Amino acid sequence: MAQVRQAADARAAAQSRVRLELLTELIRKDLKVKYKNSALGFVWSLANPLLYLAVFTLVFSFFLQGNVPWFAVLFMSGYLIWSFFNSASLDATGAVVGNANLVRKVRFPRVVLPLASVGFAGVHLALQLLVFFLFLVPFYPDAFGPQLWLVAPALAVAVVFTVAMSLLASSLNVRYRDVQHLLEITLLAWFWLTPIVYPVTVVRDKLAGAGLLWMFKFYMANPMTSVVVAAQRAIYVHPVVTGNDGDLVQVLPAGGYGFYLQWLAVAAAISAGLLVVGLWTFRRLQADFAEEL
Amino acid sequence: MASPTIVAAGVGKRFLLHHKRATSLKERLLLHRQSSSEAFWALRDVDLQIGAGQTVGLIGPNGSGKSTLLKVLSGILAPTTGTVSVRGRIASLLELGAGFNGELTGRENIYLNAAILGLSRRETERYFDEIVAFAELEPFIDNQVKHYSSGQYVRLGFAVAVHVSPDILLVDEVLAVGDESFQRKCLNKIGEFQQRGCTILFVTHALDLIPRICSRGVVLDHGRVLHDGDPVEAAERLRSLLGTGADQSGGGAGPAAERPRVTAVRLFDPASGAEKGHFRGGEAMAVEFDVASPAGSAPVAVRLAVTGPADVPMWVMDSDPLHPGPDGLATVRFTVKELPQLKGIYAFAVAVRDPASNVTYDARRFSEAFLAVGDTGTGVLEVVWTTEQVENQVER
Repeated sequence: MAQVRQAADARAAAQSRVRLELLTELIRKDLKVKYKNSALGFVWSLANPLLYLAVFTLVFSFFLQGNVPWFAVLFMSGYLIWSFFNSASLDATGAVVGNANLVRKVRFPRVVLPLASVGFAGVHLALQLLVFFLFLVPFYPDAFGPQLWLVAPALAVAVVFTVAMSLLASSLNVRYRDVQHLLEITLLAWFWLTPIVYPVTVVRDKLAGAGLLWMFKFYMANPMTSVVVAAQRAIYVHPVVTGNDGDLVQVLPAGGYGFYLQWLAVAAAISAGLLVVGLWTFRRLQADFAEEL
Repeated sequence: MASPTIVAAGVGKRFLLHHKRATSLKERLLLHRQSSSEAFWALRDVDLQIGAGQTVGLIGPNGSGKSTLLKVLSGILAPTTGTVSVRGRIASLLELGAGFNGELTGRENIYLNAAILGLSRRETERYFDEIVAFAELEPFIDNQVKHYSSGQYVRLGFAVAVHVSPDILLVDEVLAVGDESFQRKCLNKIGEFQQRGCTILFVTHALDLIPRICSRGVVLDHGRVLHDGDPVEAAERLRSLLGTGADQSGGGAGPAAERPRVTAVRLFDPASGAEKGHFRGGEAMAVEFDVASPAGSAPVAVRLAVTGPADVPMWVMDSDPLHPGPDGLATVRFTVKELPQLKGIYAFAVAVRDPASNVTYDARRFSEAFLAVGDTGTGVLEVVWTTEQVENQVER
């Protein structure tokens, strides 16, 4: 009896190892295909955040001079995670449909298709974060303080949420190709509803000013907002800074990490719930993938 | 028989044929009630038990559900009714090189494809050289696959697939590709699998392969199992199915029920009397037609026109007037002493005529009536044939 169970466990372990290898193989393929025939290869992906940093520093220091010093750092802290979420879920939407030939002819765990999209975006996120941190070393060394650990839970929640969205979008898109278009415009609106190009405190203060502070809860319930704000707190360090005009500006909610952790916990709960829904939907729909494509 | 590795019980697969397919939400809403879809059963009540180590040939006319059955067994499609249980590692060769990426090199595609088929990276590394050697692609392995010829592409696909070392191999008509030497290699590989005790289920249209490598033949027709057992019988069964499946019946004078018509056709070896659908050039062949006429009708004559490969009319044979028996049945036999040396698929066009007025009562065409194998020959064909009316065997 015990032996049988052991053998089953060993087989299950071997199977999940093979699945993991399939996943890495698919991600490797996507990376290779993307940079095939390009001389600089993945250097291009690294150039992307550097360019953003340069442009945003330039634009927000001179042309659109706001009151937030080092705005580019604040922006990048949120934007890199957002762009991971954005490109992973868009890419995943087409993952099953785009591999129709494979899905119709070969039996393999279909779930690796959207996961590979997430993994592919994850590799880029890692590289871009690396570039970003290298930039921070000379220009913004304050980031490497004791608060930096907040990045870890923020990233973890972002990954779970992205996986959940990817599972949902990739499976639903097989039946309703609208999902692709719907997601594109939703993500555009979503981007502006997430405090990436403006500090979250602006929203809070405007709502408070209008006597609608209770609505701030709903604003924060967006998991990407919690993730982005936590990442900003981790890297941008100072909730309150001396603004470009000499006055004090509150960029991020002050106090301890309570606010951030509390909302990350909410986001984690929402993400976990969505992951269950996503897995359930994917499992239910995947039996018909080969037929629907 | 060892305990079965594949058990299909009451398996049915229904496809919905959408006349207008809703692929978007808007269409789905608009078409909600009025969507006209038709159910089509590609498989119906299929019960199949395949024991470990068996090699089963799956044959049937086009559209009989062979590929659907393989897909259901391999878990790509979910059955609508019934259950499928499969024990062991399964490899399905439904399409060679599915999942290859043209931008990647042969080497990279081997790793990718092997991973998709369920091989671990370590195993792939172990088999890598063997795979490349089997595909005969050593000089090209670092070229992009998009520059491969279709033969190279398929060879690589097959090479990866057979190195997955499956317990069960499902093969769909993939042996038809590749040149002769590669086909021989594939068959050798299948023989190797058989020796290792691998269970093989394969679809083919090459009926002569069935008795050669299968221990069992399954004939599917319209999604149902028509025959399950001896491979030679299975091949014959399919041949008779294809042969008697008349394409059209038409022409003729008089109401349908009242005019003489062809009711059955049989092909056999005149020496042994064994029915077959497969002849060599130079062999003798006999064809018998049963003609049913309304009671008391006048004699009829049968004209048989044989069309060779590429629809070239070959020869026409006319029978003497037939005198139907008391039950209105007559049987005519055409015997060809020596078939021409021209291999391919032959078709029959049969007409039942009034020998006096030449009015055609019934005309039918049997495409794929028989297959001739042998050397491709050209030249003047001299076909010697005889006809005779066969005494009516009244079978009651």
